Amino acid sequence: MIDLPLLWALLIAASILIYVILDGFDLGIGILFPFLETDEDRDTAMNSVAPVWDGNETWLVLGGGGLFATFPLAYSVLMPALYVPVLLMLLGLIFRGVAFEFRWKSRGHRKAWDHSFTIGSMVAAFCQGIALGAFVQGIEVDGRAYAGGWWDWLTPFSLLTGLALVIGYALLGATWLVMKTEGRLGLKAVRYARVTMIGTVMFIALISLATLSLDPRFMEIWTAWPAILYVAPVPFAVALLAFYLWRSLGRAMDHRPFLATIGLFVLSFVGLGISLFPYVVPLNITIWDAAAPDKSLGFLMVGTAFLLPLILGYTGYAYWVFRGKMKPGEGYH
Amino acid sequence: MPDFLSAEILARAQFAFTVSFHIVFPAFSIGLASYLAVLEALWLKTGDEAYLTTFRYWLKIFAVAFGMGVVSGIVMSYQFGTNWSVYADKTGPVLGPLLGYEVLSAFFLEAGFLGIMLFGLERVGKKLHFMATLMVAVGTLFSAFWILSVNSWMQTPAGYGINEAGQFIVEDWWEVVFNPSFPYRLVHMTLAAYLTTAFVVGGVGAWHLLKDRSNRPARIMFSMAMWMALIVAPIQVIAGDMHGLNTLEHQPAKVAAMEGHWETGSRVPLLLFAVPDNEAETNHFEIGVPALASIILKHDPDGVIRGLKDWPKEDRPPVFIVFWSFRIMVAIGFLMVGIGLWSLIARARGRLYESPLLNKAAVLMAPSGFIAVLAGWVVTEVGRQPYTVYGLLRTADSLSPVEAPAVATSLAIFAVVYFIVFGTGVVYILRQMAERPGAPEHAPEGPTRAAAYTTDYVKLAEGGRHD
Repeated sequence: MIDLPLLWALLIAASILIYVILDGFDLGIGILFPFLETDEDRDTAMNSVAPVWDGNETWLVLGGGGLFATFPLAYSVLMPALYVPVLLMLLGLIFRGVAFEFRWKSRGHRKAWDHSFTIGSMVAAFCQGIALGAFVQGIEVDGRAYAGGWWDWLTPFSLLTGLALVIGYALLGATWLVMKTEGRLGLKAVRYARVTMIGTVMFIALISLATLSLDPRFMEIWTAWPAILYVAPVPFAVALLAFYLWRSLGRAMDHRPFLATIGLFVLSFVGLGISLFPYVVPLNITIWDAAAPDKSLGFLMVGTAFLLPLILGYTGYAYWVFRGKMKPGEGYH
Repeated sequence: MPDFLSAEILARAQFAFTVSFHIVFPAFSIGLASYLAVLEALWLKTGDEAYLTTFRYWLKIFAVAFGMGVVSGIVMSYQFGTNWSVYADKTGPVLGPLLGYEVLSAFFLEAGFLGIMLFGLERVGKKLHFMATLMVAVGTLFSAFWILSVNSWMQTPAGYGINEAGQFIVEDWWEVVFNPSFPYRLVHMTLAAYLTTAFVVGGVGAWHLLKDRSNRPARIMFSMAMWMALIVAPIQVIAGDMHGLNTLEHQPAKVAAMEGHWETGSRVPLLLFAVPDNEAETNHFEIGVPALASIILKHDPDGVIRGLKDWPKEDRPPVFIVFWSFRIMVAIGFLMVGIGLWSLIARARGRLYESPLLNKAAVLMAPSGFIAVLAGWVVTEVGRQPYTVYGLLRTADSLSPVEAPAVATSLAIFAVVYFIVFGTGVVYILRQMAERPGAPEHAPEGPTRAAAYTTDYVKLAEGGRHD
């Protein structure tokens, strides 16, 4: 018998990770937008993500929809608990999402939609980080419902994770631009990638230490002998990747910095998984407690096993179609 | 706190507000995606560049409408959890997988190929580009399939059981997906989306015909739209009637509210005008056609129809809203049929493009599909109150443990943001529609951009000619 709840937990985690990486770089473009200085560079940066941002954001819908489908109890506890950050995130996504089309059509209000793009991206990233922090620090549950207050999510820890994600997304955006652009904009991107990389690595370290102090459970997982043999490679790999990223930024303007950054995100995510497994509402509800009946999980799994490879295939194709460096002025507007 | 400010009423208002704003965009983009696929197919087949011009004209509008549909839709997928968490917990095992399939089979398909559809013609060539357009169109239809299955299950639940945690669980997936009202609702809504788009396209075509009768793209738009009105509007009337009969079978209280019908009996009149009064349990100022409702609903003047008083007061939907929304929807439906017939006469006389009166009527009717769609959804959603899952889960028992101030604040923010953002978007769309089809591109700021577009455009046009 397959452990369907476990399989679904892995799949949902994977789709959240894919979301974070994919929408991360296009949100990052939004965060970096005001620092790109010239309108031409802003156009190029925005056009580099315009064909793919829609698909990127769909992974967020899959995260939410998938959680509703497979862990309805977790969904119904987490959403009220994260009411405010989730709503602000949605509003942020609205403001940035419409900017892709609106800024070309606005005749004279373009600046306003540039701001809308930036602020929307920042708010969305910040709120996602806050939601992550609030999730990790634990959520109060009574029976089958959220039992905490409306502002429980707001703590120094969640603000820290919020800031971290803004900087991390900016790093993803900057290394994406290193890969997709050249000339003046590419050089600018390298500079911003360096700054945000330092910030990102510092935040990873800070949050890791802060997490250890949140709950004795975390300290035990990461320091108990001999389990430490399995988990210790994670921080080492982070350090190695950061070093590799730094060096690759000084060399060719290619895909390496972007891939290294993705590596950093994957490792951080794995670290998070090690800390929280098997909870879907930390530290109260496990994936098996919250899972929908096997009949529901199985029904969705059958189609997913077929559709997900297809999705990855044509998404990959769409990326491949728009591969290579951006030419200034390219786009359909 | 007064009743109308309870968390429940506010959460309902928030859902009604956000979903109403949202549905307008998919209703338009379902139809428009198919229309674009047809236009591109015609261009590929005939090589006539007027089709390409028309395609590009609507593609730009599609991009804006689709973007607004996406962002307003993400809000919906999270609102189940934020405001209706008890509902989410209970229905998740049944409805979650259906929504999951909507995301996997529809949203990814649309989003994955949208980029190629909007930006990729030069990069992938004509054939693959047409494939992409087709995939986007198919995606919008898949999306309609799943979301309407979800909605229909809430109206006419089937194939379910209930577990010890109080959750709905699935006995039979086939019965869940193809629940009794689903086929009717799917047909009715898909036709509605097509008609909505046809009238927008027809209205825009007519607007430009009024200024310049020789404009080819405008003629294409208007002619195609009028064929749609002529053929699809009557089919929609029949589909709507069948949907109504299905509702009578499964949700008789909703039909009673639609008809403003209080006392069970035969020879029920069809009311043309009335002011239903929930408190007095009667109508004021009734004007009706004797026995016609019995004839329509039972196909027999002596057919007995259950009245609202058959249900306890707390199990009845609000009558006034349902009654009047229904009439607005039906009236628009018949107006559409009328426009279709009128266009047939004009066409037969060879005066389709030279009839200013018909053109003006088409311009006036341009937004009518949206009004009908919204009115229709109000009928079905308000009419199934007081339940979220019909007869099984009450709306009042579906709510999150939310506090009224939190819901009120978010509702106010949503209202302000939606009016600003989507209001602006509609203005941009209208502006785009005011541009003459086939006119040289209105230069946006930034000369490189306009130049890049123009060369691109010329290249495409030339490509079309070579074929």
